[in-house]
Amino acid sequence: MDRRNFLNLAALGGGAVFVSSLPGCANLGATGKAANADFYFVQLSDVHWGYQGPANPDASVTLGKAVVAVNALAVQPDFVVFTGDLTHTTDDPIERRRRLREFRQIVADLKVKDVRFMPGEHDASLDRGAAFMEFFGATHYTFDHKGVHFIALDNVSDPGAKIGDEQLAWLEADLAKLDKAAPIVILTHRPLFDLAPKWDWATRDGAKAMQILMPYQNVTVFYGHIHQENHQMTGHIAHHSAKSLIFPLPAPGSQEKRTPLPWDPATPYKGLGFREVATSPQTAACTLNEFGLERS
Amino acid sequence: MSALPRRRALIRLGGILATAGTAVLMARYSQAEDPIGRVIEIEARRFRYSPNEIIVKQGEVVILTFRAVDFTHGFSVPDLNVRVDLIAGQITPVRLQPITVGRFPFLCDNFCGDGHEEMHGTLTVEA
Ligand SMILES: [Cu+2]
Repeated sequence: MDRRNFLNLAALGGGAVFVSSLPGCANLGATGKAANADFYFVQLSDVHWGYQGPANPDASVTLGKAVVAVNALAVQPDFVVFTGDLTHTTDDPIERRRRLREFRQIVADLKVKDVRFMPGEHDASLDRGAAFMEFFGATHYTFDHKGVHFIALDNVSDPGAKIGDEQLAWLEADLAKLDKAAPIVILTHRPLFDLAPKWDWATRDGAKAMQILMPYQNVTVFYGHIHQENHQMTGHIAHHSAKSLIFPLPAPGSQEKRTPLPWDPATPYKGLGFREVATSPQTAACTLNEFGLERS
Repeated sequence: MSALPRRRALIRLGGILATAGTAVLMARYSQAEDPIGRVIEIEARRFRYSPNEIIVKQGEVVILTFRAVDFTHGFSVPDLNVRVDLIAGQITPVRLQPITVGRFPFLCDNFCGDGHEEMHGTLTVEA
């Protein structure tokens, strides 16, 4: 599909806020012309199903709104990925499963049936991912889609935010099968770099993962956790965090406490949303298309 | 690799604590030679440190003596490159001698439940 058509259709379908090509999305900047987007997927993140509080008085319907918005996209994505914190944490293992079950029921209404799930610390840290795995299977895995290699990394099942040596060895072995120029997309929950350690916006052994990834020329990381967009580079590797579907958080490290931004009745759902990622295996370019839930 | 590199450790550590990397001013690490420091008892409980405002003098040797009552919480002071697990049911001493004046936030970095995000405090080092 021609990229311009893709973007037009997307804009018609769901109220695109803006389209940007970002550094690190290989070749887009270098060649100055858009790549052909061979496919796109949708990233949703940080749903926190079960949250009750003033930061989102509409918490019981926000996820449903997002499902409707994704279903309204004129061109449906090839697949959808949830990058963690599907549910809000609870000490009660029965309640945790109830929330996971309700979450799964609601997202079953997505028209797209290829949906990938990842845990966040709210889903998985208190039981090392046990409940999550009952519903959604493995917490780290790989898959290939139209020539792009996707790797879902779990940095939340360990309550200390570690990927762990075993998973790092698995990552290294998986990458070893690939060409250094292969297009690779990493999906994870927490930032793999020290974004704001004083807010726990980091992965304790994230530097080890980055070291393993560094020899690969076309790596892009999509993550969640911080409830806002953020775009940063580690060398040639771009990191893109996604908006949440429950409440936005302040800019990284901008204040003493990472308290949610207050709900504004005048602009409900402000700061919430999801993104489309269009990509092409030929160039490994990524084009991001950000959607605000308040506009849909 | 970090966009916000942590401040090099301007702190002297002893006891059970040995953090990785950035050994710039963590030299002179020695348990035997360490003078006895002032003991500050801190309880770590979901989702609060008591006290959560710790004030020390520049250059003073203090032993933060943590008692984690209900969970293996963490104690992390990212600006000082200090972190340690506070094993549930145990006493965990953390000896430090802060050299730099300032306010240094600390936090629990082991996810401990609903309220984990509010489990933090400040280490203030006064001249
Ligand atoms: Cu804690």
